[in-house]
Amino acid sequence: MEFSELIRTGQAQAELLRGPEMPPLRGTLCVTGHHLLLSPGPQATPDLWLLLLRSVDSIEKRVAGDAGTITLRCKDLRVLQLDIEGVEATLDIARSIEALSSLESVITSFPFFYRPKGLRLGESWHFHPPERYYKRVARETRAWRLSEANEDFSLCPSYPRAVIVPRTVDDDALARSARFRQGGRFPVLSYYHAPSGTVLLRSSQPLTGPQKRRCAEDEELLQAVLAGARPGARGFIVDTRSAQAAKQARMTGGGTEAKSAYPGWKRLHRPLERGRPLQESFVHLVEACGDLEQSMDRWLSRLDGCHWLSHVKAALSTACLAAQGMEWEGACILVHGAEGTDSTLLVTSLAQLILDPLSRTMAGFQELIEREWIQHEAPIFLLFLDCVWQLGRQFPLSLEFGEGMLLALFDHSYASPFGTFLCNSEKERCLCEVRTRTHSLWSGLNQPKEQRKLRNPLYAPNPLAIWPSVEPQSLRLWQGLFLRWTHPPEPSEVAWEKVWQIATDQEKTEGSQPTDSASEPQP
Amino acid sequence: MEHIRTPKVENVRLVDGISSKKAALGTLYLTATHVIFVENAPDTRKETWILHSQISTIEKQATTATGCPLLVRCKNFQLLQLVIPQERDCHDVYISLLRLARPVKYEELYCFSFNPKLDREEREQGWMLIDLSEEYKRMGLPNNYWQLSDVNRDYRVCDSYPTQLYVPKSATAHIIVGSSKFRSRRRFPALSYYYKDNHVSICRSSQPLSGFSARCLEDEQMLQAIRKASPGSDFIYVVDTRPKLNAMANRAAGKGYENEDNYSNIKFQFIGIENIHVMRNSLQKMLEVCELKSPSMSDFLWGLENSGWLRHIKAIMDAGIFIAKAVSEEGASVLVHCSDGWDRTAQACSVAGLLLDPHYRTLKGFMVLIEKDWISFGHKFNHRYGNLDGDPREISPVIDQFIECVWQLMEQFPCAFEFNERFLIHIQHHIYSCQFGNFLCNSQKERQELKIQERTYSLWAHLWKNRGDYLNPLFRDDPSQTQGTLHLPTMPCNFMYKTVGLWFERFLRRPEDVDVQIVTWCFTKCCCPL
Repeated sequence: MEFSELIRTGQAQAELLRGPEMPPLRGTLCVTGHHLLLSPGPQATPDLWLLLLRSVDSIEKRVAGDAGTITLRCKDLRVLQLDIEGVEATLDIARSIEALSSLESVITSFPFFYRPKGLRLGESWHFHPPERYYKRVARETRAWRLSEANEDFSLCPSYPRAVIVPRTVDDDALARSARFRQGGRFPVLSYYHAPSGTVLLRSSQPLTGPQKRRCAEDEELLQAVLAGARPGARGFIVDTRSAQAAKQARMTGGGTEAKSAYPGWKRLHRPLERGRPLQESFVHLVEACGDLEQSMDRWLSRLDGCHWLSHVKAALSTACLAAQGMEWEGACILVHGAEGTDSTLLVTSLAQLILDPLSRTMAGFQELIEREWIQHEAPIFLLFLDCVWQLGRQFPLSLEFGEGMLLALFDHSYASPFGTFLCNSEKERCLCEVRTRTHSLWSGLNQPKEQRKLRNPLYAPNPLAIWPSVEPQSLRLWQGLFLRWTHPPEPSEVAWEKVWQIATDQEKTEGSQPTDSASEPQP
Repeated sequence: MEHIRTPKVENVRLVDGISSKKAALGTLYLTATHVIFVENAPDTRKETWILHSQISTIEKQATTATGCPLLVRCKNFQLLQLVIPQERDCHDVYISLLRLARPVKYEELYCFSFNPKLDREEREQGWMLIDLSEEYKRMGLPNNYWQLSDVNRDYRVCDSYPTQLYVPKSATAHIIVGSSKFRSRRRFPALSYYYKDNHVSICRSSQPLSGFSARCLEDEQMLQAIRKASPGSDFIYVVDTRPKLNAMANRAAGKGYENEDNYSNIKFQFIGIENIHVMRNSLQKMLEVCELKSPSMSDFLWGLENSGWLRHIKAIMDAGIFIAKAVSEEGASVLVHCSDGWDRTAQACSVAGLLLDPHYRTLKGFMVLIEKDWISFGHKFNHRYGNLDGDPREISPVIDQFIECVWQLMEQFPCAFEFNERFLIHIQHHIYSCQFGNFLCNSQKERQELKIQERTYSLWAHLWKNRGDYLNPLFRDDPSQTQGTLHLPTMPCNFMYKTVGLWFERFLRRPEDVDVQIVTWCFTKCCCPL
């Protein structure tokens, strides 16, 4: 397919309005295979304005007289307005954007064409391979082993090739357990908590169905997990659905672990919203934040009505529950919902941030995302980022990365020149040769010039668990994201600069060299 | 001491806050000025001191198996539960505290016994730290249009005003006195702030006694004099900070608001800030929300909305923004009033001052601002904050609201203020503590009669001495945001985005939060022990 077939017009004269805080731009508008460009006239600044077409969420067009207006709603919540000379030109440009922004194909997407100066292809994909973490756990515990049973993705197409499982469970048993779990997602290790010697696992729901089927190998697997932790260890299964929803899932072949079949394991239900209701919650919040004319009461009632902060609270509470089980009760934790691909990942990754100081470093956080977030389905990934932001606000010294990092991840998860967030599974990524034909986001973010934006200058490694307060008063609207395009950015940017300056000055006076550990990820 | 029935009770348990499950065992002492709790734990022997004047309410709760609980709510929003083993002891403590928390004479207040071991000279110098005549000089006064008037010498015209007042040069004593007779409690229009960039002023007064049709030539001349004192502008704004309905209701009582037809060249504007009774109830509701046990997000947000607290905060901000814009952008003078001109007017004028003048965003400037718009212009500290036992209907969190407005501004402009949150917390604490003489009484006149400056110490000197604790390390005096006017976005979601974090709720919930903040501020690079 040729992009040129989809591009109806070369260029047009236009004015771009970028919201209340930015001056308008005038110039020549041009659509290319992946971008919308505006090149300002000679009298203006020579900077080229560029928008990745993949980041366009919806487009509205209006024509009147001999001019037209296109309104673009972007996935990063920006709203852009283009006033274009000529009716035909407007319609052609609108059609071109519509066609190009909705292309499904992965291998024609921009990351496959993006070749920035200073980065070599394939060089940074080795930064955070999950295998490295798994090998370390296997070495430290002796109760776990790396299995290549999924080498050809036959057990589970959405798992990576290498997975980590109890040493005493063989590959045949894994295959049986995989057949007993939705999508083949059998229980695997997500995190090993060394201080208490316990583990965090994740999986999908067991396929018990209406007949309450059982699977000896699946039961054996979870039994082996407890035996590997320590004699008499207990386990908790955190089901991210309500008890009723879990029961109902039996009618469609799913279900949940029967108590009698898994001795030593206790089930807890902590329903978390996902999918469509979460999407709607997000949309309603964005709408409320965009309304510049409402009263205080209306705003508060909309903030309440959209339930977004309730979802933040529920996610953090459930993650705390899992983390407390490990840290205080010395228990093993298995988290799953139905597919085990959205709320499950939210809980396992937040629990790690609470417990594990390494995951709060720049490199550790990148590794966590590589390991846990196989697919970056919106808005659950955004909910995760929001929860991390809440952690950072409550523990301003404990995260090595700052708000800028979370915003960058949000932007890149929707539309990015980098390949990291392409595809929904390791299998797809291999098919598309993402690793050899695109650049990794981490290589982009780990460049020295990005550090002042992404890093937290106040970071001081905190060896303890960080227990967030989940009381409503402690949770706030993430204004840096939701009000990013309507709030004047200057005061917070100036403050960020000042914090950097103070931190740098302090390092100088202390005579200590700034620790470079994180700008170069540890091998 | 005669009010203390039992000076010491042993084996008392103290629970701090609502959600805290931890109780500390210790001994409770009642002294003439404080309730003191000393923990038994030998390694810490931690002490909790509560001033009697900080106690807002005391509630005796039903006796349980472990003892007799006493709930003490403080005016700085702290909440303590004391569990006393014997019902008789509990009753004695309860009766003693009821009396101790409600002093009837000024002499009973802490400031008259508080002795920071300073000599007389130091005390006098302390009172001279904040000098309002210096402040008016800084504004550029006196000048060709404004002069210091001695019309209120010995409080002859208005007993709730200071003696030193700036008025337009063209306003003769005859005009001022005439105008004062046409204003509630004789609070005639006087200068609060002079904006020298545009040669315009912010003046303040009480409502006119206009009823349905009354007029007063001198009052009309007074407003004209204010307009003429800013030759660049051909009109002045009259801002009535009350809701229109309230102002109209006042007309029936012979009070009311200015009729635009009677005054030449005024533009009249209502800004609906509610009265002290509405604000008192709003705070009450807000505190109830904060005391809910494990509320859901929805319980909290609904309660927040229902309390109206943030709606009121926004109304005060809106008033300040309106005035600041009129002065700086339109170049017009503004006369601000409400009913008596000592609550909402003080709020609106001081918020406008903060927005307009970077000086008020410095440590010393902020003290000056409170001294000028609140203390000198007769804000009724004694009545509003219940320092002496009095009419509970007079109590209202007027200055607390102003402090929250400042906090909201600090959250939005992290580099614009020289002081930090702790500074605000300590000022709020001392408004209720009565440890220093600054906030005693209802007017300058009463303070003078009590000889406050000879008998008590000044808070400002105390804060200034410890100013190192109150500095905001992010303060920058170079960039645009600390110079000149602060430009606030006025959408609720924007400027109240921290709605979910009222500045005082942290007392009720997580005092650690404050520590985290302070740790951040101090850049103490250690792990926060949370």
